[in-house]
Amino acid sequence: MANSDTTKGTGRLVHLRVKRQDSPDLPETRRWEEFKVPYLPQMNIISALQQVQKEPRTVDGKDVAPVVWESSCLEEVCGACTMVINGRVRQACSALVDQIAPNGEVIQVEPMTKFPLVRDLIVDRERMFQDMKKVKAWIDIDGTHELGPGPRESPEAQQERYPLSRCMTCGCCVEACPQYNDSTQFVGPFALNLVRLFNMHPSGALHKNARLETVMGEGGVQDCGKSQNCVEVCPKEIPLVDSIAQVSRDATKRLLFGWLLK
Amino acid sequence: MAAKSTIRSEGGKVRRVIVVGGGLAGLMTVIKLCEAKVPVDLISLVPVKRSHSVCAQGGINASVNTKGEGDSPQIHLEETAYGGDFLANQPPVKGMAEAAPGIVFMLDRMGVPFNRTPEGLLDFRRFGGTLFHRTAFAGATTGQQLLYALDEQVRRYEIADVVDEHGVSIPGEKMVRKFEFWDFLQTVLDDNGTCVGCVAQDLKTMQIKYFQGDAVVLATGGCGIIFGRSTMSVICTGTAASSVYQQGAVYANGEFIQVHPTAIPGADKLRLISESARGEGGRVWVPKDAKDQRNPKEIPEKERDYILERMYPGYGNLVPRDIASRAIFKTCFHEKRGVFNPKTGRNENEVYLDLTHKDEKFLRSKLAGILEIYEKFAGTDPYHNPMKVFPAVHYSMGGLWVDFEKDARGSLKTGSPRNHATNIPGLYAVGEAEYQYHGANRLGANSLLSCIYAGMVAGPSVASYQKSIAKSAFDLPKSTFEKAEKRCQEDYERILKQNQGASGAENPYKLHQELGDMMLRDVTIERDNATLEGVLTKISELDERVKKVACPDGSQRANQGAQFVRHLENMLVLARVIAQGAKNRDESRGAHYKPAFPKRNDADWMRTTLAKHEQKGAVKYVREFDYTCAGQSVHVTDAVDASLVAPRERKYEQAGAASAAATGKIQQPAASEQQKSV
Repeated sequence: MANSDTTKGTGRLVHLRVKRQDSPDLPETRRWEEFKVPYLPQMNIISALQQVQKEPRTVDGKDVAPVVWESSCLEEVCGACTMVINGRVRQACSALVDQIAPNGEVIQVEPMTKFPLVRDLIVDRERMFQDMKKVKAWIDIDGTHELGPGPRESPEAQQERYPLSRCMTCGCCVEACPQYNDSTQFVGPFALNLVRLFNMHPSGALHKNARLETVMGEGGVQDCGKSQNCVEVCPKEIPLVDSIAQVSRDATKRLLFGWLLK
Repeated sequence: MAAKSTIRSEGGKVRRVIVVGGGLAGLMTVIKLCEAKVPVDLISLVPVKRSHSVCAQGGINASVNTKGEGDSPQIHLEETAYGGDFLANQPPVKGMAEAAPGIVFMLDRMGVPFNRTPEGLLDFRRFGGTLFHRTAFAGATTGQQLLYALDEQVRRYEIADVVDEHGVSIPGEKMVRKFEFWDFLQTVLDDNGTCVGCVAQDLKTMQIKYFQGDAVVLATGGCGIIFGRSTMSVICTGTAASSVYQQGAVYANGEFIQVHPTAIPGADKLRLISESARGEGGRVWVPKDAKDQRNPKEIPEKERDYILERMYPGYGNLVPRDIASRAIFKTCFHEKRGVFNPKTGRNENEVYLDLTHKDEKFLRSKLAGILEIYEKFAGTDPYHNPMKVFPAVHYSMGGLWVDFEKDARGSLKTGSPRNHATNIPGLYAVGEAEYQYHGANRLGANSLLSCIYAGMVAGPSVASYQKSIAKSAFDLPKSTFEKAEKRCQEDYERILKQNQGASGAENPYKLHQELGDMMLRDVTIERDNATLEGVLTKISELDERVKKVACPDGSQRANQGAQFVRHLENMLVLARVIAQGAKNRDESRGAHYKPAFPKRNDADWMRTTLAKHEQKGAVKYVREFDYTCAGQSVHVTDAVDASLVAPRERKYEQAGAASAAATGKIQQPAASEQQKSV
């Protein structure tokens, strides 16, 4: 039943230039390798890398290990395949060859730079998941036993909350953020957006102050340098700058008036 | 005689249970285990937030009945049994339908941004196989939102201390320990064949390590990658299910593979366009004139053939997926009436899925997630142009056989250690990895529900099982585990070393493409015995050729090549189970359709296919077996428990045919209403 035509090539080649490294402790293995693979209709960077797996040979005719990368859903909803493509951080699955190299231009593919390297295009984004713990990115439910429906919410409030909830922890915003690196504690735009998201929810708001306090110290909201790079690269178009501004206002209020409540 | 403490072993170690897989089913199991005060090791191939559940789009079913339609869990049960063509055991389905409203409310409390009505209540939309508005949704990324909600709750348990019987925290022990980027290799079986842990491999360092566990729950998802390209994530190879099948677990109804009617064709993946597109008014059509070259927007209404509305006036565009896929397949393949492409001069394997009659703002609030995917990957604006789609492999109704125990009401008996138990004592399975809830065809928006419900059932079930065992896995001699670990280590080294430098060595990715192309062509919508015989011969050939595979990567770090070789070997085993099961079943039921046997044959085939592994290349199909659960011997047969809804022929031509209880409760939506924009 397959649409078998989509697997046939057209003679056109796609030219990849991939930054590789065997292991973080082997910087001497850092290198660029170039591959030319057959073009397929509607091809993206993932299918180009998959072609490399089938014929792992560089343009110089050298047989090499296939490039390794992280991917899962291939429809830009899981966040796994983030990499730096032609200098821009994005998901490889939605990076279409026709759009980025319509005339067979070289496509440069590199791993993200803000996280520890694992190998080739794979980095370890564990820090992001740890920071989600730090900012208490959850609703404190009493349990999963039956307690009836949640709080009512207007369609308008849902339409405001839903886009913030589409963050896939892909890492684009922190890759683009000048303040985020291994010498700072900054939790990054995505985590601040989660603070806003959970503080907007009626039950989440019951713990609004505790959540705000997690981003009022070092590595918190005041570490944002307002470059606004994050919102430029977010693949889900989450209004990250608005989220940071909101959290910043709330944190300031808490800082100024919090003592009155004590 | 059960062990003294369920928290600590005799040797003083914290007793844990292992959950493998961090999609909805796995995470829900983890939460329920934690609530039962059972600490968990959670092993996942990917960071759990990237599990395949994230791809589910349209929604989750629950008969909350807020639209004044008279919907009820009874109707949900009947329509699920009917939609599944009466192959599902009905007590688990009843349990699921009854639990559904509570599950949706629980998710609502966790903060899932479900779409709302003006009154602030949960909104529900229509999905396939029903006339009721039963599907709660968060835009068109419901799976993502549900997965995130459970992921966040599990994160709370990652920082929660394990507490002993006296309420004292045990230093350094957290309720959940996550092992992400770990590949499940095998279960560890003790001398009695009881599962007491598993062996897994760290995919960064390639370290192979055993995990002790009083029980293991597999929540490892489906196996769509056996079909090459599908709507599945690349991680859905079925490798874990195949591995435990080879260790003796029974695999049930493998031949039932759901083909979703509407996906975008692509080189690397067939991207799903959710049934919710039709639930919100989308219509499937082709031009009446097969050679019509006009822009679809210029083709007037009367010159369009709305194939599903014409063939199935009762349910129209919302017939179940097996039926819609066959209708589209017939239109494109047999009638050659797919959309004509003037550039290629032929009728392509594509039909229109049209939402252009709907208001753009309405579409953005309800379907943006999927329309975005279409726009990004197909490159056309679906708000103003009909989408072009074709069926794609989507879901496996079959999976590991699991047990259930029913209560006096005919529903599931809460807390029975038999619920979700495989035939290997101590090994449980939940989610798409098992076979229990969907029979021969799954209804849309029942998968998220079945995953979460399975987790809710399996948690207490595993906790009961743990209480019943006399000796904790943590008190067994180390040698039991070391032996298993060594076997896995040797197998990994075999993969790395075999055929290196040999002439005529095979590339695993190319072999996979051959397997996938064949499975997709020959083992999906229409099946034929002679063709399937060829498929089995080809699988035997691939079984031989896979022995000649040389691992393309020799690295000891993040070696995806070695991992893929292992998955490929396991995929070939399941491919045979699927193809052989399809060949054996000489009837048509749900997703399994043989033109030579076009009717359902309840007398001979209203039974579960039970496959047992004999050796590589040989499947034994059995009618019954015995297994032991929590010390009790249980006799299992392949008979389907249809005690709640009487089997009858499916007739989606007639509105309301799917549920006797629903008769007269709901009006069939008039054709004019379907076309009206909001």
